[in-house]
Amino acid sequence: MMDLSAINPILLLASLMVAATPILLAAIGELVVERAGVLNLGVEGMMITGAVCGFIVTINAGSPLLGFAGAALGGALLALVFGVLTQVLLSNQVATGLALTLFGLGFAALLGQGYIGIKAPVIPKWPVPVLSDIPVIGPILFNHDPVVYLGIAIIASVWAFLGYSRAGLILRAVGENHDAAHALGYHVIRVRLLAIMFGGACAGLGGAYLSLVRVPQWTEGLTAGAGWIALAIVVFASWRPWRLLLGAYLFGGVTVLQLNLQAAGMAIPVAYLSMAPYLATILVLVMMRAGRAPGSLAQSFHASR
Amino acid sequence: MIRLEKRTAPSRFWTYAAPLLAVVLTMVCGALLFAALGNDPFVTIRTIFWDPLFSEFSWYYRPQLLIKAAPLVLIAIGLSFGFRAGVWNIGAEGQYILGAICGAAVGLAFYPTESPFIFPLMVMAGALGGWAWAMIPGVLRVRFGTNEILVSLMLVYVAQNLLASMALGALRNPDASGFPGSRNLARYPSATSWINEGAGLHWGVVFALIAVIFAYITLSRHIFGFHVRLSGQSPRAARFAGVNPGLLVLICMGISGTLAGLAGLFEVAGPSGLISIDFNAGYGFTAIIVAFLGRLHPVGILLAAGLMALTYIGGEIAQSNLRLPAAAIQVLQGMLLFFLLAVDVLTHYRIRLTARGVA
Repeated sequence: MMDLSAINPILLLASLMVAATPILLAAIGELVVERAGVLNLGVEGMMITGAVCGFIVTINAGSPLLGFAGAALGGALLALVFGVLTQVLLSNQVATGLALTLFGLGFAALLGQGYIGIKAPVIPKWPVPVLSDIPVIGPILFNHDPVVYLGIAIIASVWAFLGYSRAGLILRAVGENHDAAHALGYHVIRVRLLAIMFGGACAGLGGAYLSLVRVPQWTEGLTAGAGWIALAIVVFASWRPWRLLLGAYLFGGVTVLQLNLQAAGMAIPVAYLSMAPYLATILVLVMMRAGRAPGSLAQSFHASR
Repeated sequence: MIRLEKRTAPSRFWTYAAPLLAVVLTMVCGALLFAALGNDPFVTIRTIFWDPLFSEFSWYYRPQLLIKAAPLVLIAIGLSFGFRAGVWNIGAEGQYILGAICGAAVGLAFYPTESPFIFPLMVMAGALGGWAWAMIPGVLRVRFGTNEILVSLMLVYVAQNLLASMALGALRNPDASGFPGSRNLARYPSATSWINEGAGLHWGVVFALIAVIFAYITLSRHIFGFHVRLSGQSPRAARFAGVNPGLLVLICMGISGTLAGLAGLFEVAGPSGLISIDFNAGYGFTAIIVAFLGRLHPVGILLAAGLMALTYIGGEIAQSNLRLPAAAIQVLQGMLLFFLLAVDVLTHYRIRLTARGVA
């Protein structure tokens, strides 16, 4: 029996922000990577590695803060493998990214063996003083755990960095035309390696948010395609930070609504409702005419050419 | 300082030597990994790479190798066309599932009738199911410029959910008193893909060999193979040669989808036997490794699938005899792909030692 009145719109919108956060974090990292001209398809692998690293550190050190730091480090180190292979050894970025995902899924499963079934400690919410007391808007926007705010802060910083800083300009130059950037004396490979590691760290944070807050425990394959959805959102956002936020909330919305409909006992079988986020991703990819991709995206750079 | 210098033509020696070097490096790093996990590295490596072929129980393992290798060859051959042409179908796992669902549905619809026409009909339905699932990303790319990597991958998750709903709903065995999963097609004589179960021989093995020959002739002797290779190396030159890029995308997607669908059908009607929630075993993703390991060459893919089947069977033996975690094998397979991509640099570049600052 379906009972739509059980769905509280305020709670729905609040949990939308929570559901969007892991995808948001992974996507903003990948956005920077792609703006530097690198296509890293290993987001899923880095996310799940971050998820397991964050979980292990949190359980052993007892501190979610250290856990998130560990997740970022784990994601960045795995991304460095991708960076060395594609930037130094000039391997194909599509194939290497896929390899990273396959490897990451296995590696995470191996690391997480002893941690299945343990519950993560609860991360307290940080209600913003005064603002969280505003009716309706307060509980939706200002009553979350710190990572939700961090995600939005990273988006704002990336926006400012890419648009208004010299380093951001260099990064974009490297992504648009690596030969020209090289001729101007910029270190193409160094810039790209840094971007790739930033992307890995963000994906790691996103993964840890899944294993520490969303689920919150470790299970094999817990990212369930979130990394791929993050990649899709970057295309959706036409490589622009604020549109990324919109995209992530859209997908967070579909996910939350789908879960709520499951809980409300909708007549559609669970399996079909679970398809919704993936189908929505395809639909959006089709409907959105993507903006122009960075000029050197997915091309290897070798100075002697 | 170490510097890379581009070769004018890919090195013939390293084209063949690089995969072997990658395998050796994987074995070394794998041994270190197994040692770190507390297993004897030499015994583990021997168990994985030697025992399935030459131990006293190899009479049992050799047919198993055939069963594992057949779907990998079928899927990887299909993927190799697209990968050569720059069409990235990453969703073979979904096409494999759809092939199995469609093929099994046809077989189950005829149950318990016996007729020689049932199995060919199932083969056609399986091929059609895989083809149709692959056409979705293909058509979307051609018509709307949508990224086929993301769409084909999203469809894997959709297919998995569809599989779950089929195993619990439409295709569930009505005599199994509520247990999920379909009737066992391997025990239904008109629908089974087995030719000789004891020898590990089923129609998938036959089709895999046919696919290898077909791919070899197409790629080396036929104009279509030339167009595929040309599009991958130089899309601009391909357009001047009269290649229709949209049509090429559709054909490449169609071939890979059809072969993946066939692989799924042969699997469900033979080794697996029934549609269940966890029917798919990741062949669609492992086949990507196989395709690259075999250098996108039909004969190479045949050898690579054999090697990958070896790690599967050897891994299972190591799991039961040495208590090696299943995930360790997945890590080993991932490492193999990493090393392969890394040593590939030797094929296209020469390593030069120069005084610092010259470059």
